[in-house]
Amino acid sequence: MLKQTHKFFGSRRQHAAMRGMDIAAAMAAEAMQAGVEVWLEATVLGLYQDGVLLVQQRERVVTVQVARVVIATGAGEKTLAFPNNDLPGIYGAGAVQTMLHLYGVLPGRRVLMVGAGNIGLIVSYQLLQAGVEVIAVLEAMREVGGYLVHASKIRRAGVPLLTRHTVVGALGTRFLTGVVIGRLDDSGGIVPGSERVLEVDVMCLAVGLTPAAELLWQAGCRMAYIPELGGHVPVRDGRMQTTVPGIYVAGDVAGVEEASSAMVEGRMAGLAAAWDMGFQSPQYPHLWAEAETELAALRGGPVGARIRQGLAKLAAVRAREVAAGA
Amino acid sequence: MNEQLTGPVYICRCEDVTLAEVWAALERGVTTMEEIKRLTRCGMGPCQGRTCRQLLARELGRVMGESPGAADMATYRPPVKPVKLGVLAGGE
Repeated sequence: MLKQTHKFFGSRRQHAAMRGMDIAAAMAAEAMQAGVEVWLEATVLGLYQDGVLLVQQRERVVTVQVARVVIATGAGEKTLAFPNNDLPGIYGAGAVQTMLHLYGVLPGRRVLMVGAGNIGLIVSYQLLQAGVEVIAVLEAMREVGGYLVHASKIRRAGVPLLTRHTVVGALGTRFLTGVVIGRLDDSGGIVPGSERVLEVDVMCLAVGLTPAAELLWQAGCRMAYIPELGGHVPVRDGRMQTTVPGIYVAGDVAGVEEASSAMVEGRMAGLAAAWDMGFQSPQYPHLWAEAETELAALRGGPVGARIRQGLAKLAAVRAREVAAGA
Repeated sequence: MNEQLTGPVYICRCEDVTLAEVWAALERGVTTMEEIKRLTRCGMGPCQGRTCRQLLARELGRVMGESPGAADMATYRPPVKPVKLGVLAGGE
Protein backbone atom coordinates (compact mmCIF):
# COMPACT_ATOMS: atom_id res chain seq x y z
CA MET A 1 0.00 0.00 0.00
CA LEU A 2 2.89 2.32 0.77
CA LYS A 3 3.93 2.30 -2.88
CA GLN A 4 0.43 2.83 -4.26
CA THR A 5 0.01 6.42 -5.34
CA HIS A 6 -3.20 5.74 -7.27
CA LYS A 7 -6.69 6.14 -5.88
CA PHE A 8 -8.78 3.11 -5.01
CA PHE A 9 -12.23 2.03 -6.20
CA GLY A 10 -14.96 0.40 -4.21
CA SER A 11 -17.06 1.87 -1.46
CA ARG A 12 -16.15 4.42 1.16
CA ARG A 13 -15.90 1.59 3.71
CA GLN A 14 -12.77 0.36 1.85
CA HIS A 15 -11.42 3.89 1.62
CA ALA A 16 -12.33 4.40 -2.03
CA ALA A 17 -11.02 7.58 -3.70
CA MET A 18 -8.08 7.64 -1.27
CA ARG A 19 -4.54 6.99 -2.44
CA GLY A 20 -3.08 3.65 -1.33
CA MET A 21 -0.33 5.23 0.74
CA ASP A 22 -2.85 7.46 2.55
CA ILE A 23 -5.06 4.45 3.30
CA ALA A 24 -2.05 2.72 4.88
CA ALA A 25 -1.31 5.76 7.05
CA ALA A 26 -4.95 6.09 8.12
CA MET A 27 -5.22 2.42 9.06
CA ALA A 28 -1.96 2.50 11.00
CA ALA A 29 -3.14 5.57 12.92
CA GLU A 30 -6.44 3.84 13.68
CA ALA A 31 -4.66 0.76 15.04
CA MET A 32 -2.32 2.78 17.23
CA GLN A 33 -5.17 4.86 18.57
CA ALA A 34 -6.90 1.63 19.59
CA GLY A 35 -3.83 0.78 21.64
CA VAL A 36 -2.24 -1.80 19.35
CA GLU A 37 1.46 -2.20 20.02
CA VAL A 38 3.25 -1.92 16.69
CA TRP A 39 6.72 -3.36 16.13
CA LEU A 40 8.37 -1.71 13.15
CA GLU A 41 11.27 -3.17 11.15
CA ALA A 42 10.32 -6.56 12.54
CA THR A 43 10.17 -9.81 10.56
CA VAL A 44 8.71 -13.10 11.69
CA LEU A 45 11.44 -15.59 10.76
CA GLY A 46 9.60 -18.68 11.86
CA LEU A 47 6.15 -19.85 12.92
CA TYR A 48 5.88 -23.07 14.88
CA GLN A 49 2.85 -25.27 15.38
CA ASP A 50 2.80 -24.63 19.14
CA GLY A 51 2.18 -20.91 18.57
CA VAL A 52 5.75 -19.71 18.97
CA LEU A 53 6.95 -16.96 16.67
CA LEU A 54 10.62 -16.25 16.05
CA VAL A 55 10.89 -12.52 15.47
CA GLN A 56 13.80 -10.41 14.33
CA GLN A 57 13.60 -6.72 15.08
CA ARG A 58 16.62 -4.83 13.88
CA GLU A 59 19.60 -6.29 15.81
CA ARG A 60 17.63 -8.53 18.15
CA VAL A 61 15.85 -11.85 17.84
CA VAL A 62 13.08 -12.82 20.24
CA THR A 63 10.55 -15.59 20.57
CA VAL A 64 6.94 -14.72 21.21
CA GLN A 65 4.28 -17.15 22.42
CA VAL A 66 0.87 -16.27 21.09
CA ALA A 67 -2.63 -17.62 21.69
CA ARG A 68 -3.82 -16.67 18.20
CA VAL A 69 -2.03 -15.29 15.18
CA VAL A 70 -3.31 -13.67 12.00
CA ILE A 71 -0.93 -14.13 9.08
CA ALA A 72 -1.30 -11.34 6.53
CA THR A 73 2.06 -11.48 4.77
CA GLY A 74 0.66 -10.67 1.34
CA ALA A 75 2.07 -11.99 -1.88
CA GLY A 76 5.27 -12.05 -3.87
CA GLU A 77 5.78 -11.48 -7.56
CA LYS A 78 5.94 -14.29 -10.06
CA THR A 79 8.51 -14.22 -12.80
CA LEU A 80 9.16 -15.84 -16.18
CA ALA A 81 11.86 -18.16 -17.50
CA PHE A 82 13.27 -17.07 -20.88
CA PRO A 83 16.76 -16.84 -22.41
CA ASN A 84 18.94 -14.12 -20.87
CA ASN A 85 16.43 -13.46 -18.09
CA ASP A 86 19.28 -12.27 -15.86
CA LEU A 87 20.12 -9.15 -17.89
CA PRO A 88 20.14 -5.84 -16.03
CA GLY A 89 17.08 -3.90 -17.14
CA ILE A 90 14.63 -6.72 -16.39
CA TYR A 91 12.55 -5.82 -13.35
CA GLY A 92 9.52 -6.97 -11.48
CA ALA A 93 6.73 -4.40 -11.31
CA GLY A 94 7.26 -4.02 -7.56
CA ALA A 95 10.86 -2.97 -8.10
CA VAL A 96 9.82 -0.41 -10.70
CA GLN A 97 7.26 1.04 -8.28
CA THR A 98 9.87 1.18 -5.52
CA MET A 99 12.28 3.04 -7.82
CA LEU A 100 9.63 5.47 -9.04
CA HIS A 101 7.69 6.18 -5.88
CA LEU A 102 10.15 5.68 -3.04
CA TYR A 103 13.44 6.74 -4.60
CA GLY A 104 12.36 8.97 -7.49
CA VAL A 105 14.60 7.08 -9.94
CA LEU A 106 13.58 6.20 -13.51
CA PRO A 107 14.31 2.57 -14.42
CA GLY A 108 15.18 3.51 -18.02
CA ARG A 109 13.89 5.25 -21.12
CA ARG A 110 11.88 2.72 -23.13
CA VAL A 111 9.86 0.07 -21.34
CA LEU A 112 8.09 -3.09 -22.41
CA MET A 113 5.45 -4.04 -19.86
CA VAL A 114 4.67 -7.76 -19.61
CA GLY A 115 1.22 -8.42 -18.14
CA ALA A 116 -2.02 -6.50 -18.54
CA GLY A 117 -3.53 -7.18 -15.15
CA ASN A 118 -4.19 -4.21 -12.88
CA ILE A 119 -0.57 -4.02 -11.73
CA GLY A 120 0.82 -4.00 -15.28
CA LEU A 121 -1.68 -1.37 -16.38
CA ILE A 122 -1.28 0.89 -13.35
CA VAL A 123 2.54 0.75 -13.42
CA SER A 124 2.49 1.44 -17.18
CA TYR A 125 0.44 4.54 -16.53
CA GLN A 126 2.74 5.62 -13.70
CA LEU A 127 5.75 5.19 -16.01
CA LEU A 128 4.05 7.38 -18.61
CA GLN A 129 3.36 9.97 -15.93
CA ALA A 130 7.05 9.89 -15.00
CA GLY A 131 7.97 10.64 -18.61
CA VAL A 132 9.11 7.14 -19.56
CA GLU A 133 8.13 5.75 -22.96
CA VAL A 134 6.04 2.56 -22.73
CA ILE A 135 6.45 0.71 -26.04
CA ALA A 136 3.76 -1.91 -25.53
CA VAL A 137 1.94 -3.97 -22.92
CA LEU A 138 2.04 -7.73 -23.56
CA GLU A 139 -0.62 -10.09 -22.31
CA ALA A 140 -0.61 -13.87 -22.78
CA MET A 141 -4.37 -14.18 -22.29
CA ARG A 142 -6.99 -13.31 -24.89
CA GLU A 143 -8.35 -10.50 -22.78
CA VAL A 144 -6.83 -7.75 -20.70
CA GLY A 145 -7.03 -8.93 -17.09
CA GLY A 146 -7.20 -5.53 -15.39
CA TYR A 147 -10.08 -3.13 -15.02
CA LEU A 148 -11.29 -1.47 -18.22
CA VAL A 149 -10.76 1.99 -16.75
CA HIS A 150 -7.01 1.31 -16.37
CA ALA A 151 -6.73 -0.30 -19.82
CA SER A 152 -8.52 2.63 -21.43
CA LYS A 153 -6.01 5.09 -19.98
CA ILE A 154 -3.18 3.11 -21.55
CA ARG A 155 -4.96 2.86 -24.90
CA ARG A 156 -5.74 6.58 -24.91
CA ALA A 157 -2.03 7.28 -24.38
CA GLY A 158 -1.39 5.38 -27.62
CA VAL A 159 0.31 2.35 -26.05
CA PRO A 160 -0.54 -0.90 -27.91
CA LEU A 161 -2.02 -3.68 -25.76
CA LEU A 162 -0.83 -6.90 -27.39
CA THR A 163 -2.99 -9.77 -26.17
CA ARG A 164 -2.02 -13.40 -26.95
CA HIS A 165 1.64 -12.33 -26.94
CA THR A 166 4.56 -13.46 -24.82
CA VAL A 167 8.29 -12.96 -24.29
CA VAL A 168 10.49 -15.26 -26.39
CA GLY A 169 13.76 -13.97 -24.99
CA ALA A 170 15.83 -10.97 -23.96
CA LEU A 171 18.61 -9.44 -26.04
CA GLY A 172 21.76 -7.72 -24.88
CA THR A 173 25.19 -8.58 -23.57
CA ARG A 174 25.87 -6.29 -20.61
CA PHE A 175 22.35 -4.94 -20.25
CA LEU A 176 18.97 -5.24 -21.92
CA THR A 177 18.82 -3.78 -25.44
CA GLY A 178 15.74 -5.52 -26.80
CA VAL A 179 13.08 -8.16 -26.30
CA VAL A 180 11.97 -10.77 -28.80
CA ILE A 181 8.20 -11.19 -28.54
CA GLY A 182 5.91 -13.62 -30.30
CA ARG A 183 2.22 -14.35 -30.76
CA LEU A 184 0.81 -17.37 -28.90
CA ASP A 185 -1.12 -20.12 -30.61
CA ASP A 186 -3.93 -22.09 -28.97
CA SER A 187 -1.59 -24.70 -27.50
CA GLY A 188 0.60 -22.09 -25.82
CA GLY A 189 3.38 -22.25 -28.44
CA ILE A 190 4.72 -19.36 -30.52
CA VAL A 191 3.15 -18.86 -33.97
CA PRO A 192 6.05 -19.47 -36.41
CA GLY A 193 7.21 -16.27 -38.02
CA SER A 194 5.36 -14.06 -35.52
CA GLU A 195 8.54 -13.20 -33.60
CA ARG A 196 9.77 -9.63 -33.68
CA VAL A 197 12.19 -7.48 -31.76
CA LEU A 198 11.18 -4.51 -29.62
CA GLU A 199 14.08 -2.22 -28.80
CA VAL A 200 13.81 -1.36 -25.12
CA ASP A 201 16.16 -0.86 -22.20
CA VAL A 202 13.64 -1.99 -19.58
CA MET A 203 11.34 -4.98 -19.42
CA CYS A 204 8.91 -4.84 -16.52
CA LEU A 205 7.35 -8.15 -15.48
CA ALA A 206 3.86 -7.90 -14.01
CA VAL A 207 2.86 -11.52 -14.47
CA GLY A 208 0.93 -12.08 -11.31
CA LEU A 209 1.42 -12.66 -7.62
CA THR A 210 1.62 -15.76 -5.49
CA PRO A 211 0.86 -15.95 -1.73
CA ALA A 212 3.88 -15.31 0.52
CA ALA A 213 2.94 -18.35 2.57
CA GLU A 214 6.31 -19.53 3.92
CA LEU A 215 5.18 -19.20 7.53
CA LEU A 216 2.03 -21.21 6.88
CA TRP A 217 4.02 -24.02 5.24
CA GLN A 218 6.41 -23.99 8.20
CA ALA A 219 3.58 -24.27 10.71
CA GLY A 220 2.15 -27.25 8.87
CA CYS A 221 -1.03 -25.62 7.55
CA ARG A 222 -2.62 -27.69 4.79
CA MET A 223 -2.11 -25.97 1.42
CA ALA A 224 -3.99 -26.39 -1.85
CA TYR A 225 -2.91 -25.43 -5.35
CA ILE A 226 -5.58 -23.09 -6.75
CA PRO A 227 -4.29 -21.22 -9.84
CA GLU A 228 -7.21 -18.75 -9.67
CA LEU A 229 -5.94 -17.61 -6.25
CA GLY A 230 -2.30 -17.32 -7.28
CA GLY A 231 -0.91 -20.79 -6.55
CA HIS A 232 -0.66 -22.60 -3.22
CA VAL A 233 -3.08 -21.14 -0.70
CA PRO A 234 -3.94 -22.26 2.85
CA VAL A 235 -6.99 -24.45 3.28
CA ARG A 236 -9.24 -22.48 5.63
CA ASP A 237 -12.71 -22.39 7.07
CA GLY A 238 -15.30 -19.68 6.55
CA ARG A 239 -13.83 -17.81 9.51
CA MET A 240 -10.38 -17.39 7.96
CA GLN A 241 -8.86 -20.06 10.25
CA THR A 242 -6.33 -22.44 8.69
CA THR A 243 -6.13 -26.17 9.41
CA VAL A 244 -3.79 -25.38 12.34
CA PRO A 245 -6.09 -24.11 15.11
CA GLY A 246 -5.21 -20.58 16.17
CA ILE A 247 -3.61 -19.58 12.86
CA TYR A 248 -5.82 -17.27 10.79
CA VAL A 249 -5.13 -15.67 7.42
CA ALA A 250 -6.18 -12.49 5.64
CA GLY A 251 -5.40 -10.77 2.38
CA ASP A 252 -3.25 -11.98 -0.49
CA VAL A 253 -1.61 -14.75 1.54
CA ALA A 254 -5.06 -16.36 1.73
CA GLY A 255 -5.58 -15.99 -2.02
CA VAL A 256 -4.43 -13.17 -4.31
CA GLU A 257 -7.16 -10.57 -4.78
CA GLU A 258 -7.51 -6.81 -4.64
CA ALA A 259 -6.35 -4.68 -1.72
CA SER A 260 -9.97 -3.76 -0.97
CA SER A 261 -10.87 -7.40 -0.25
CA ALA A 262 -7.73 -7.76 1.87
CA MET A 263 -8.87 -4.94 4.14
CA VAL A 264 -12.23 -6.64 4.71
CA GLU A 265 -10.64 -10.07 5.26
CA GLY A 266 -8.32 -8.50 7.81
CA ARG A 267 -11.31 -7.27 9.78
CA MET A 268 -12.89 -10.73 9.58
CA ALA A 269 -9.77 -12.59 10.70
CA GLY A 270 -9.37 -10.14 13.58
CA LEU A 271 -12.99 -10.58 14.62
CA ALA A 272 -12.74 -14.38 14.47
CA ALA A 273 -9.48 -14.49 16.44
CA ALA A 274 -10.87 -12.14 19.10
CA TRP A 275 -14.10 -14.15 19.40
CA ASP A 276 -12.18 -17.43 19.74
CA MET A 277 -10.13 -15.96 22.57
CA GLY A 278 -13.29 -15.11 24.47
CA PHE A 279 -13.73 -11.47 23.49
CA GLN A 280 -17.28 -12.14 22.42
CA SER A 281 -18.65 -8.67 21.83
CA PRO A 282 -22.41 -8.39 21.22
CA GLN A 283 -21.55 -6.35 18.12
CA TYR A 284 -19.77 -9.32 16.59
CA PRO A 285 -22.64 -10.83 14.53
CA HIS A 286 -23.43 -7.44 13.07
CA LEU A 287 -19.78 -6.61 12.22
CA TRP A 288 -19.29 -10.05 10.72
CA ALA A 289 -22.41 -9.83 8.55
CA GLU A 290 -21.36 -6.37 7.39
CA ALA A 291 -17.93 -7.65 6.33
CA GLU A 292 -19.45 -10.63 4.51
CA THR A 293 -21.77 -8.32 2.57
CA GLU A 294 -18.85 -6.09 1.58
CA LEU A 295 -16.77 -9.04 0.42
CA ALA A 296 -19.64 -10.42 -1.66
CA ALA A 297 -20.03 -7.03 -3.32
CA LEU A 298 -16.29 -6.75 -4.04
CA ARG A 299 -16.25 -10.24 -5.56
CA GLY A 300 -19.49 -9.77 -7.49
CA GLY A 301 -19.96 -9.36 -11.22
CA PRO A 302 -17.75 -10.51 -14.07
CA VAL A 303 -14.61 -8.94 -12.49
CA GLY A 304 -14.83 -11.33 -9.54
CA ALA A 305 -15.66 -14.47 -11.54
CA ARG A 306 -12.16 -15.93 -11.35
CA ILE A 307 -11.88 -15.27 -7.62
CA ARG A 308 -15.28 -16.84 -6.98
CA GLN A 309 -14.22 -19.89 -9.00
CA GLY A 310 -11.00 -20.17 -6.98
CA LEU A 311 -12.81 -19.83 -3.67
CA ALA A 312 -15.32 -22.50 -4.71
CA LYS A 313 -12.43 -24.88 -5.46
CA LEU A 314 -10.85 -24.08 -2.11
CA ALA A 315 -14.15 -24.71 -0.32
CA ALA A 316 -14.41 -28.06 -2.12
CA VAL A 317 -10.91 -29.06 -0.97
CA ARG A 318 -11.85 -28.18 2.59
CA ALA A 319 -15.14 -30.06 2.40
CA ARG A 320 -13.27 -33.16 1.22
CA GLU A 321 -10.77 -32.85 4.06
CA VAL A 322 -13.48 -32.37 6.67
CA ALA A 323 -15.32 -35.41 5.30
CA ALA A 324 -12.12 -37.49 5.33
CA GLY A 325 -11.23 -36.38 8.85
CA ALA A 326 -14.70 -36.97 10.31
CA MET B 1 15.16 -16.90 -34.90
CA ASN B 2 17.90 -15.08 -33.13
CA GLU B 3 21.22 -16.66 -32.27
CA GLN B 4 21.53 -14.40 -29.23
CA LEU B 5 18.57 -16.25 -27.76
CA THR B 6 20.71 -19.25 -26.92
CA GLY B 7 21.67 -17.52 -23.66
CA PRO B 8 20.98 -19.13 -20.29
CA VAL B 9 17.49 -19.37 -18.84
CA TYR B 10 17.89 -18.80 -15.12
CA ILE B 11 15.48 -20.61 -12.82
CA CYS B 12 17.22 -19.79 -9.51
CA ARG B 13 18.88 -16.39 -9.55
CA CYS B 14 20.44 -16.70 -6.09
CA GLU B 15 22.31 -19.91 -6.89
CA ASP B 16 22.68 -19.39 -10.67
CA VAL B 17 20.79 -22.58 -11.54
CA THR B 18 19.73 -22.74 -15.19
CA LEU B 19 16.91 -24.56 -16.91
CA ALA B 20 19.53 -26.73 -18.65
CA GLU B 21 20.82 -27.86 -15.24
CA VAL B 22 17.29 -28.70 -14.11
CA TRP B 23 16.74 -30.71 -17.29
CA ALA B 24 20.05 -32.51 -16.74
CA ALA B 25 18.85 -33.53 -13.28
CA LEU B 26 15.52 -34.71 -14.68
CA GLU B 27 17.34 -36.78 -17.29
CA ARG B 28 19.19 -38.53 -14.49
CA GLY B 29 15.84 -39.77 -13.26
CA VAL B 30 15.14 -37.17 -10.62
CA THR B 31 11.44 -36.40 -10.30
CA THR B 32 10.96 -34.29 -7.17
CA MET B 33 11.65 -30.69 -6.22
CA GLU B 34 13.33 -31.85 -3.02
CA GLU B 35 15.90 -33.85 -5.01
CA ILE B 36 16.50 -31.05 -7.53
CA LYS B 37 17.05 -28.68 -4.63
CA ARG B 38 19.65 -30.94 -3.02
CA LEU B 39 21.44 -31.69 -6.30
CA THR B 40 21.52 -28.19 -7.79
CA ARG B 41 20.97 -25.87 -4.77
CA CYS B 42 17.96 -24.43 -6.61
CA GLY B 43 16.00 -22.52 -3.96
CA MET B 44 18.75 -22.60 -1.32
CA GLY B 45 20.01 -19.04 -1.78
CA PRO B 46 19.31 -15.90 0.23
CA CYS B 47 15.72 -15.59 -1.05
CA GLN B 48 14.99 -19.20 -0.02
CA GLY B 49 13.19 -20.02 -3.26
CA ARG B 50 10.75 -17.15 -3.22
CA THR B 51 11.15 -16.71 -6.98
CA CYS B 52 12.30 -20.06 -8.33
CA ARG B 53 9.89 -22.45 -6.60
CA GLN B 54 7.09 -21.31 -8.90
CA LEU B 55 9.24 -21.68 -12.02
CA LEU B 56 10.52 -25.05 -10.89
CA ALA B 57 7.03 -26.34 -10.04
CA ARG B 58 5.79 -25.26 -13.47
CA GLU B 59 8.72 -26.95 -15.23
CA LEU B 60 8.34 -30.14 -13.19
CA GLY B 61 4.64 -30.19 -14.01
CA ARG B 62 5.33 -29.65 -17.70
CA VAL B 63 7.89 -32.45 -17.89
CA MET B 64 5.77 -34.87 -15.84
CA GLY B 65 2.61 -33.93 -17.73
CA GLU B 66 0.95 -32.79 -14.53
CA SER B 67 -0.34 -29.55 -12.97
CA PRO B 68 2.29 -27.38 -11.24
CA GLY B 69 0.27 -28.16 -8.11
CA ALA B 70 1.31 -31.79 -8.32
CA ALA B 71 4.97 -30.96 -7.64
CA ASP B 72 6.18 -31.60 -4.11
CA MET B 73 7.01 -28.17 -2.73
CA ALA B 74 10.37 -28.67 -1.05
CA THR B 75 10.26 -28.23 2.75
CA TYR B 76 10.07 -24.65 4.02
CA ARG B 77 12.24 -24.04 7.05
CA PRO B 78 12.94 -21.07 9.30
CA PRO B 79 14.40 -18.50 8.97
CA VAL B 80 12.42 -17.01 6.10
CA LYS B 81 15.18 -14.52 5.39
CA PRO B 82 18.93 -14.41 6.05
CA VAL B 83 19.88 -13.46 9.63
CA LYS B 84 23.34 -12.59 10.85
CA LEU B 85 24.75 -15.14 13.29
CA GLY B 86 25.61 -12.29 15.63
CA VAL B 87 21.97 -11.27 15.81
CA LEU B 88 20.92 -14.85 16.55
CA ALA B 89 23.64 -15.29 19.18
CA GLY B 90 22.56 -12.10 20.92
CA GLY B 91 18.97 -13.29 21.12
CA GLU B 92 17.00 -13.92 24.27
